[in-house]
Order: sequence, then C-alpha cells, then structure tokens
Amino acid sequence: MSETDVRSYTVRLELVDEPGELLRALEPIANNGGNLLSIFHERGNLTPRGHIPVEVDLEATETQFETIVGALREAGVNVIQAGAERYSEELTVVLVGHLVATDLSDTLRQFTECGGVSVGDVSLSAPQGTEGESSARLRLEAIEGQTGDALETARTVADEKGLRLIEPLTEEGP
Amino acid sequence: MRLAVMGAGAVGTAVLELAGEYGHDVVGVADSSSGVVEDGGVDPDGVVSRKRKRGIVGDGTPEAVLGADYDVLVEATPTTLGDAEPGFSHVERALGRDRHAVLANKGPVAERYDEVRALEADSGGTVLFEAAVGGAIPILSTIDDLNGQVAAARGVLNGTANFILSRMAAEGIDYEHVLAEAQDLGVAEADPAFDVEGTDAALKCVILANVLYEGTYTLADAEVEGIADLPGSALELAAEDGRTIRLVGEVSDGNVRVGPRLVPENGTLAVSGTLNIVQLETNHAGRLNISGRGAGGPETASAVLADIGRLPELS
Repeated sequence: MSETDVRSYTVRLELVDEPGELLRALEPIANNGGNLLSIFHERGNLTPRGHIPVEVDLEATETQFETIVGALREAGVNVIQAGAERYSEELTVVLVGHLVATDLSDTLRQFTECGGVSVGDVSLSAPQGTEGESSARLRLEAIEGQTGDALETARTVADEKGLRLIEPLTEEGP
Repeated sequence: MRLAVMGAGAVGTAVLELAGEYGHDVVGVADSSSGVVEDGGVDPDGVVSRKRKRGIVGDGTPEAVLGADYDVLVEATPTTLGDAEPGFSHVERALGRDRHAVLANKGPVAERYDEVRALEADSGGTVLFEAAVGGAIPILSTIDDLNGQVAAARGVLNGTANFILSRMAAEGIDYEHVLAEAQDLGVAEADPAFDVEGTDAALKCVILANVLYEGTYTLADAEVEGIADLPGSALELAAEDGRTIRLVGEVSDGNVRVGPRLVPENGTLAVSGTLNIVQLETNHAGRLNISGRGAGGPETASAVLADIGRLPELS
C-alpha cells in the first residue's frame, strides 16, 4: 500500500459523560485530514469504567490516521482500539465429515462456548444428503491476537467429534 | 569424481545417464539383488537394457559395488522408514571408508539424522542430500547459503497430492476418480498411501527441521494428516470463498506439521499439477519462494549431481 492510499478505519473511544466531550473527540479527526464517515454514540451503554463508548468510522491515509490517534490521545481522549479490522480477526476453516450426524449446531455452539470466538457465516455442502459425509465452511471471528486460541478450540472440537478440520494457512506465518 | 550408484530406479538410472555430462564417471551400479563394477566406467545403455530385459543391472553383487573404488556413493534406493535400511548401511559403509555420500533417499536423514551426522564427523567424507527434499529445487543449498538465517520453512512438497487437489478443484471430480487418473498417468503409485497420507511430505519436512534446528527429528515428531478421501465439496466451499486446499508442510518454532490447509486460490502456495514450492522465512530478508519440479528421474538426478559438484576434494 502506498502512503497516499486512503482507507477506512474504525476507532473506538471512551468518553466521559459531559457536555462538549463528543465535539472535543471529533476535532482532532477533522483537523488532521480525516474524513468522518459515521459516529455511533452508545448513550446508555457504559464501559466497565463508567464511560460512554463511541465508535467512529473515518477515512484517512495511514500517516494521517497515525497522527489522528496521536492527537486524540494528546487531547486526553481515551482510545480503546484503533485501526482497520482490529475489532476482530477472521479466519475461515472447512470442516469435513459426518457433520449432520454429529449435530452441526452443537459443534458450532461448542466453538463459541470456548470463548473469544464467534461463528460468522456457515455454508454447508451435503451432496450425499444428511447421511453421508459433508463439508462446511465456517467464518470464525476471534478477538485480535486470539486466532491461535480460536484454532486450538476448533481443533479440539473437531477431534472430539471425529471431524476433519482444514485450517487456513496464515499469511504472516510460518 | 568416481561414483557408485546404489539403486537403479528412476533416479539411479538418471544419475547414471547424466553423470558423464557433469564430468563424472560411474564405476559401479547396484539394485537390490545385482551389481556391476567397471573401473573404466560402466556403460549406461548396457545397464538400462539389462535392467529392463532381465531385471538385473549386471552379473555382480551389490556388495561388490559397495567395495568398489569410488569417491562418492550415491544412495538412491527406495525410502524406508524406521531403521532406514538398506540406505543407512550404504551411507555408513561409504563414510567408514572416508568417501562421500550423496542421498536421494529420505530415510537415513529423516529417521536417523543424528547417527548420519555422527558418522560424518568421524569420516573424511561429506554427506549431502539436496535431492531428498523437493527434487530439483535447490532448497537445502539455499538454506546453507543463507548461513543460519532461515527461521522457518513451509511449502507444497508432494507432487502427487498436489496433482490430485488441483485436479479436484479445477474439474470438480471426486477424489477416487482423480486418483485413478493420476495412477494412469504414472503420477501416483499403485499404492498411493505414502503420498496421499502425507508421509512423503512429512519426511521432507522432518529433514528440513533437522537442517534448520540441527535437531534429531524423526517422522514420529511430525503431526501428519493426509488428503485421502477428501470430498469434492470441501474444495467447492473453499473455491466459493476464493480459496483452495493444498497439502502444506510447515516447519516453524521447532514443530513439524503436514496437513491440508486453506490457501488463497491465486496465492503463491497454490501451485498446480505436480509442481512443488517452498517458502523460506529469513531473519533479515523476508520470505523467499522457490518452486519447481519436486520429483522425476532426471530432475532429482540433477540435484544429486549438483550436490556432487559441491563436495570437497577427498584428501
């Protein structure tokens, strides 16, 4: 990516419930060349520290974005997460085996119960009907930095159910 | 150099036929039951024709070839697991006589690496085995050139499995049908287990781990899953998402894993047909990709002969 490429970012801020706070948080974005796309102000929903979470979508170049995050922090605005796709990391896996006979919905529930993982969408292909072997593609969403744990969970669940798990090869690896 | 070639399969006979082009003389050739020794150099055509017509390479014994006056023993007998015999003993004999050993056979360096290295340490000879990993692709010599700066490696190291997966994805044909097609084409063996169960790829990864981590890995240390009986639906679902499935071997953080993995459909690792590819992760220079033919007689023989060119003069 070149330095002048504009991309979209999501910033999650924590604001104190006082008048003018939101404006104070948005100024560093506009002042540093960021283009505001949307603001989601979750009034009534408090963070564990008793602050109001605000989600801001904006467009900027990578350099501008770094300046914006710096300026927000300098202005005393608490930036919880900043970046593109930092909310969650996605990984796609394919499960193969007697998915229906081994209760696919239970399999999916086990994935999510282990924590840190949610199942995005599921595509099932069962060309031999529900009796034969089938395949399912699962999009898993994991908290940033926890894709390793998510995969470990998927491996354990697949192993217990006698299913084959086809893992993604991470681009960053080996 | 004067070569003794143990093994008269596709690789052994290709070494015999190509050695002259590289300036070497083959003074002995053996298969599992027969041998021929000619101090002035054996006649490649005679050996090949005897092997084809009578199933022997000559009227001598393999033992006579092991005792011949050679500089380099080329170990090209079939890969065996566990004790890696008879390949291991052949290498042991050569090193015991202070001669070099060049292997195309994976067994000794995958299953008894530390023993091979110990024998080499006590010998005037050197052991090289480029041909054992990735056929014609210069993987081990590249790692050697990089002076310990390769942190990890991964890749597609079995052409048979890759052929099956790429055909299944391209044509939407079942595993059984593609396997039968591969067997007709000579891409898969009559007993394809070694390739489709991931054993062959795992042995190559074990050798890579031994080289990268100066370890004593064996097949038992590898986590191995094959591609046998993979349903076409798995490849279809992957394709809908812009991905495909490849049998990928990974050597990183001291671990060896081989299994089917989802990779981007047009990504670097998604080589098609019988091609192999290896990616080396270097400490200071990012990733290196090297791809090429991972099997075949002349291809593998070219790696054997390249190794012979790297050997030091025997004192």
